[in-house]
Amino acid sequence: MLRGPAMFRIDFNKLRFLVCDDNPHMRRILRTLLHSFGAREVYESEDGATALEMYTHYVPDIVITDWSMPIFDGLELAQMIRQPESKGNPFAPIIMLTGHSEKRRVTVARDAGVTEFLAKPISAKGLYQRILNVVANPRPFIKTKTYFGPDRRRNTSNAYIGPERRVGGEVEVLQQPSLLDKARSSV
Amino acid sequence: MANDKRDIEIKAFADHHVITQPNPLRKVLRRVTETDHDDPVARAEKALAGLSGEFKKWMAIEADRLSAAYTVVLKHGFTDETREELFRAAHDIKGDAATFGYPSAGAAAESLCRIIEHAPDLEKVPSELIVYHINAIQAIVRERTKLDTVSTASALSRQLRGVADEYLMQVNRDRPEHLEAILAPSIAPAD
Repeated sequence: MLRGPAMFRIDFNKLRFLVCDDNPHMRRILRTLLHSFGAREVYESEDGATALEMYTHYVPDIVITDWSMPIFDGLELAQMIRQPESKGNPFAPIIMLTGHSEKRRVTVARDAGVTEFLAKPISAKGLYQRILNVVANPRPFIKTKTYFGPDRRRNTSNAYIGPERRVGGEVEVLQQPSLLDKARSSV
Repeated sequence: MANDKRDIEIKAFADHHVITQPNPLRKVLRRVTETDHDDPVARAEKALAGLSGEFKKWMAIEADRLSAAYTVVLKHGFTDETREELFRAAHDIKGDAATFGYPSAGAAAESLCRIIEHAPDLEKVPSELIVYHINAIQAIVRERTKLDTVSTASALSRQLRGVADEYLMQVNRDRPEHLEAILAPSIAPAD
């Protein structure tokens, strides 16, 4: 739970979720957690292909997907959603919930346009925090020749040493102000 | 609550575009007073605890799925399909077992996943190495109710991981990208 000078909650009953996991036990756990948070609309799919159809049909606000699945996996699902010219919504937050816990996997998921990565074992707190983060702290989207998705730079660091990979002027990233920061500054 | 593309702002740079839009989800964020003691995380944890009566049965189903996947491997050898199903069954246990109260089974399954992922030729992996992992997972799941099994299960999964890592480092000594992945620390907290 958020604590501090201003406290915020998510009205889960206004959010529509799409959960994609081939394991029925994990889907049951996710459904239980989301309903306990207060969500009413939770759509479920057991593979990426069906999830993509449901994504177009139900227009969910947040997608929670496993990585490893039959037909096409969660990574491919993220890539299919992140098509800037598609008729559907290419901006929906995607939370990847997976048993893969290696750093290189996180990088691959990030490069596919995944918004948040949550390594299993799942916890109520971990899931809540990821949802809170995508609701309250959206990142701008970046489109390059090879990437379309949330800004992969979460922080700007003066200590960064290495080649500048983006070209184009002094201000390269427009920060979308965090709702939490905005609200706190107005208190 | 889908995005309205008319509100999207696009700023073009030499090699990329920065796209911003009003947050379509801002309406679901609600300020509450400090006297509001509703705790959705605690509520969800309680609901999860309510499901825990099912966990032993679910874990047994997952362990049996793993055994069945290996039975198919023994019958047909390692094909793309049989390898995939064995990996997925082990990977599901790796991800779910700690939630179900069997962290040592999850650790043993992780070790098995590493073998499947990084062995250069699965047909050459000593069958005992795979069988010991599967038997250990089955034993941890079936014997969990005995008082002395928690530390035994933990020691067993640690030993299996040690043997598996030694094997993987040996067979990947000329494959630096796999060696790097084998030695890289996990980002997930250890149980």
